[in-house]
Amino acid sequence: MSDRHPLFKPLIFVGGIVFGFGLGFSHMARPEVVLNFLQFDDLGLPFVMFGAAIVSGIAFALLPRIRDAAPLTGDPYERRLKPFDRNVLVGGAVFGVGWGLSGICPGAAYASLGVGNVTILWALAGMFLGAYAQGYWRSRTRARDTAATSAD
Amino acid sequence: MVTDPVLLQAAAELFPNGISRYAVGGLLVGLGTVLIYVGTGIPAGASTFLESTLSYVSDQSRFQQYVGSRDWRLVFTAGIILGGLAFAATFQSGLVTSSLYEPGTTGRLYEVAGVTLWTTDVQPWRLFLGGILVGIGTRIGKGCTSGHGVCGVGSASKTSLVGVMTFLTVAIGTAQVVAALGVSP
Repeated sequence: MSDRHPLFKPLIFVGGIVFGFGLGFSHMARPEVVLNFLQFDDLGLPFVMFGAAIVSGIAFALLPRIRDAAPLTGDPYERRLKPFDRNVLVGGAVFGVGWGLSGICPGAAYASLGVGNVTILWALAGMFLGAYAQGYWRSRTRARDTAATSAD
Repeated sequence: MVTDPVLLQAAAELFPNGISRYAVGGLLVGLGTVLIYVGTGIPAGASTFLESTLSYVSDQSRFQQYVGSRDWRLVFTAGIILGGLAFAATFQSGLVTSSLYEPGTTGRLYEVAGVTLWTTDVQPWRLFLGGILVGIGTRIGKGCTSGHGVCGVGSASKTSLVGVMTFLTVAIGTAQVVAALGVSP
């Protein structure tokens, strides 16, 4: 937060630029190319996600052995491990329908805006609306559950 | 080198744009992720930005939990947009060329101030409706193509592997059905 290293945000920015450049270069920022993959017309797309996963996987495996903590945050190097529950399947399926219909996912949508795709604002508006709808509903459900528990 | 004509023809049919632009693009996406991870220890995903940014305008508890990360996530997304623009100003504009980059023929190109920009032909209702489902699904499912697909798979997380298999399978089924119904593009 406020006591973070002055290079924290600049590094995130540079990382984002490389990330976005890669999404443009790979054409994953183009919904047509994603849809061509999902319809089996061009099977190249998995090289983007799995190529990136291999590169990051090497870093995730090596860094904890080299250093104890990240220089700009002091945080320990950890892998991205999330607990499994039914939400992973339900959310994954809903995301799958959306991705299959539109051909665009969040990171690629930001990069798509950068390559000039003004029309992608429709998808971004939809993503914010969807994220808001689930957040509103889950915030209310959680508040109600907490209230019900404390009333017992 | 593979010289068998049957194999070459099969490869040309399965990979009409080759694989180099996909592989190089993937390496760069991975490199961006690694840069951030090396400096900060954060395995950054793209979809949390949707909820963390909503915390600026909504006090719902679901969004407020991301207040601590909302500023840098905004910076990350600004970087991704600028990275896309940097690609447009170089390879997309033809200013830089490489045998590793296959331009392709999708969508429409247009020019602004000497930069070749690109826009999609996919219909707005598909983008909007699909976007709503992407917004709901990635947040309930704990990740998207970068959070689960790049960082989670890179972490050999079983949760992420199951998540990726789920959204990939459903997306293939959905796209096939939509195409079979005659919707194009």
